[in-house]
Amino acid sequence: MTAAFAPGARIRIRDDWPERRGPCHIRTPHYLRGREGVVQAVLGEFPNPEDLAFARPAPRRPLYHVLFEQPPIWAEGEAGDSLLVEIFEHWLEPATPAQEAA
Amino acid sequence: MSAPARPESVALLEKFVAALAARGLVTEQEIADRQASTDRASPEIGARMVARAWLDEGYRRLLLANGAAAAEQMGVSMAGAPPLGVLEDRPGLHHLVVCTLCSCYPRAVLGYPPHWYKSFEYRARAVREPRAVLAEWGTVLPPATQIRVVDSTADYRWMVLPMRPAGTEGWSEDQLTAIVTRDALVGVALPRLPVAAAAE
Repeated sequence: MTAAFAPGARIRIRDDWPERRGPCHIRTPHYLRGREGVVQAVLGEFPNPEDLAFARPAPRRPLYHVLFEQPPIWAEGEAGDSLLVEIFEHWLEPATPAQEAA
Repeated sequence: MSAPARPESVALLEKFVAALAARGLVTEQEIADRQASTDRASPEIGARMVARAWLDEGYRRLLLANGAAAAEQMGVSMAGAPPLGVLEDRPGLHHLVVCTLCSCYPRAVLGYPPHWYKSFEYRARAVREPRAVLAEWGTVLPPATQIRVVDSTADYRWMVLPMRPAGTEGWSEDQLTAIVTRDALVGVALPRLPVAAAAE
């Protein structure tokens, strides 16, 4: 499995809330759901923790370091402050200008 | 007088280890080695890695490119440990490490995390109001410094490579290691000169 996003790609974290549908184990912080960021680095491939936690076969998934601007996330902090977070590929979708306009 | 009864937990552990060994998953020696390296792990290892990076440009590049390889060069066994990432502070940019989900921490090179690192308060506040958290720590960043909070959510463990303080020109690796505290290695503090040295 090769990484679908390259450093510099503008992405959005899926606005998905699996914890509302039943038992799950997810590593994507709630405060980033639906937020846009920029891929800073591809960190490699790791077994999907969402399966590992339930002792299911865990396919390896690309893991990214994604950079977010801090002020719009929390409406706090100073311009230029940022958040850098590890996010698995299946939580990313491209943030295209078309989507932004829609 | 009879010997005290062996706790049931010890018998269970022995059976569990025997079962792992029988399946070829782990050996007694591997467990002993891991226990030894866990016991040895302390912030001084991370501090020495930082000091060496300040003195040796080749080591600095290795540290930033592959933290685990840089740790191995310090004699740390990273077999089975999570990958180690190192984030470099620079003028205008300061890193602060937190794990909002649990307590991920670069134990291989820093040892056990301090209690506050695992507290709900630090985990909730570091990501939301890092400037207020640093202020309470007494950590004063240079003006116009941006803060980058690193939320350690998955398979990497993150350590900070702080900036070398002014006034340490000509210092040895041992001297530099001594000013890099555990707290500086996750970004809640900055390396600071001892008062006596600063006054010289």
